[in-house]
Amino acid sequence: MELIVASAVGVLTAGGIYLMLRLRAFPVILGLALLSYAVNIFIFASGRLAVNMAPVLKYGEASYTDPLPQALVLTAIVISFGMTAVLVMIAIGAFLDSGTDKVNIADSDADVEDPVK
Amino acid sequence: MNHWIIAPVILPALIAPIVGYVMRHDISLARIGSTIGTVLLVAIAAGLFWTASDGQIHVYRLGDWPAPFGIVLVLDQLSALMVLLTSVLALLVLIHAISTNWDQRGVHFHALFQFQLMGICGAFLTGDVFNLFVFFEVLLIASYGLMIHSGGKMRMRAGLQYVIMNLAGSTLFLFALGTLYASAGTLNIADLAVRLAEIPESEAGIVRVAAMLLMIVFAVKAALFPVQFWLPGAYSNAPAPVAALFAIMTKVGAYAILRVHTIVFGPEIAATEHMAGLWLFPAAIVTIAVGAIGVLGARRLLPLIAFSVLGSMGTLMIAISDFSPGATTAALYYLVHSTFAAAALFLVADLVVTRRPGDTLGTLPATVQNGLFAALFFAAAIGMAGMPPLSGFLGKLFVLDNLRVPEEMPWAWSAVLVGSLVTIVGFARAGSALFWKSTSFVLPENVVSEDEEEEETHITHEPARAWEVAPTMMAIGALAALSIFAGPAARYFEATSAQLFERSLYVGAVLENPEGLKPYPDAHGEDDGEAESHGTEEAESHGTAAADGEKEAH
Repeated sequence: MELIVASAVGVLTAGGIYLMLRLRAFPVILGLALLSYAVNIFIFASGRLAVNMAPVLKYGEASYTDPLPQALVLTAIVISFGMTAVLVMIAIGAFLDSGTDKVNIADSDADVEDPVK
Repeated sequence: MNHWIIAPVILPALIAPIVGYVMRHDISLARIGSTIGTVLLVAIAAGLFWTASDGQIHVYRLGDWPAPFGIVLVLDQLSALMVLLTSVLALLVLIHAISTNWDQRGVHFHALFQFQLMGICGAFLTGDVFNLFVFFEVLLIASYGLMIHSGGKMRMRAGLQYVIMNLAGSTLFLFALGTLYASAGTLNIADLAVRLAEIPESEAGIVRVAAMLLMIVFAVKAALFPVQFWLPGAYSNAPAPVAALFAIMTKVGAYAILRVHTIVFGPEIAATEHMAGLWLFPAAIVTIAVGAIGVLGARRLLPLIAFSVLGSMGTLMIAISDFSPGATTAALYYLVHSTFAAAALFLVADLVVTRRPGDTLGTLPATVQNGLFAALFFAAAIGMAGMPPLSGFLGKLFVLDNLRVPEEMPWAWSAVLVGSLVTIVGFARAGSALFWKSTSFVLPENVVSEDEEEEETHITHEPARAWEVAPTMMAIGALAALSIFAGPAARYFEATSAQLFERSLYVGAVLENPEGLKPYPDAHGEDDGEAESHGTEEAESHGTAAADGEKEAH
């Protein structure tokens, strides 16, 4: 199980970074989404992977899984959800205003108006 | 328990929705609401500053949960200083934004502004690393809205870059927190300090990874080389008053490094003892160089100021990287100074730029009140570059004076001094192009149109009213006051850094009883025995044990 979880985090992170480096708005948004999935699994695993254990502390149970990472993951999921929504809106706004979905700003763009429609 | 400690978070959090929902259709009502909120924040911050100046560390436990379980807010001299600095800066920026009508050029300026203050104050007050992440997100999501306030092609694109950069940074922050939790099993700053001290150096590889990841995250916020590249684009394309408020945002990163890397990965933790300073020092040197070269090479006014902010962050981080009480005292002095200097520069730049077509440093006809703007720019620039009589000179002198270790001194001194010289040249060039050559320049008829299309139609030719100039003057006045009252200020900062480096004070205040309070009680029914076994403690320990029992019952 450790191998599966670890490779899932690794593959998602690699894919996310690759997509982010495409420097076009849509791939970058997907890349950030993949990265946030990767980090959610990563945090979840930081409380140790355990099978057949009580979800939280219970009387008479010798061992239980750590509930805190689950709470942290929930917070992280909610935040990344909201942030992705904001990012999509800003990316649409930037695309509609400037007519390009390129993320990097070339020096020529910054100084001179180019008549892209 | 002093409930005022949470007020800097609660107050903007209450004002913001009221302004955003109830007052959204009436700009004057929103202005009144936002101004009242910010003035109250200044008053509360001043009260907290006074409270903290007794040298005690005040802890606020949310829901009265004992420290490692619940979330704590911690008010010590450092966080009180930062909250006061934030609120004063916010008031200046708010007056400027209202008097120059920046707040009317888009929607929800005031609501976002208050949310931004909530996030910043929360980040300064929290005693929990995950909570720090949450407040970072609050201040960032508000800053995304402020960054693209009033829109425009370049601003939207720069805003997109800024958001992507910070989202990647947030993901890295979460990775760092996951690593830290996996190795220490807690995210409370004081508890981390206790747990990490117990980890032997041979098994501390993963702790070192977490420390480095956290440092990279904070370096992104503090715009430190090699992750400084987002700052010039973001600051120079943000609305100028927002850029002035962002002067405190880079300081949030510096504060986080100062807090986390002294208390959690601090001098007494074997695993990570000298690691942060070792990496921060060269990064800070290169940041100064990048800032200085950028100031010299900038072709527009706002990027020039953004690069000078970068240089000042480099100087600040050189002082912080020493991680000694003396250098930290200097760093705090320079931190307060550089916040006001950057704000003053952005505010005066806004006054000038809105009266010119664009902010290129090319020669254009002089604006109205050329002399006044020139004087303000001159004052703010010598503050930023570090010339007497303003506090930049004292600040840099103070920083240099504390960096006398033979391995550091040649690098630090030459970087700061050469960087200052280059910055002075860059500002002098900009000032002479903007204010001096322009006085004898007459514009040919046909040149105007092209530039004017680019910027939105907000160019005004009205002379600035008193209220528009006042915030800039007050920011420069703060620099002057900081240099006149350098003695008392330095003494206060000395006490602050002494308190910061007395790690046991912080840990003791937050955990109250680091040994006796077990994070995970072994079994139900041991509460009484546990409380009795620490019979020397006062009644509060019983309260703690009762709270444990209560938690288990749930």
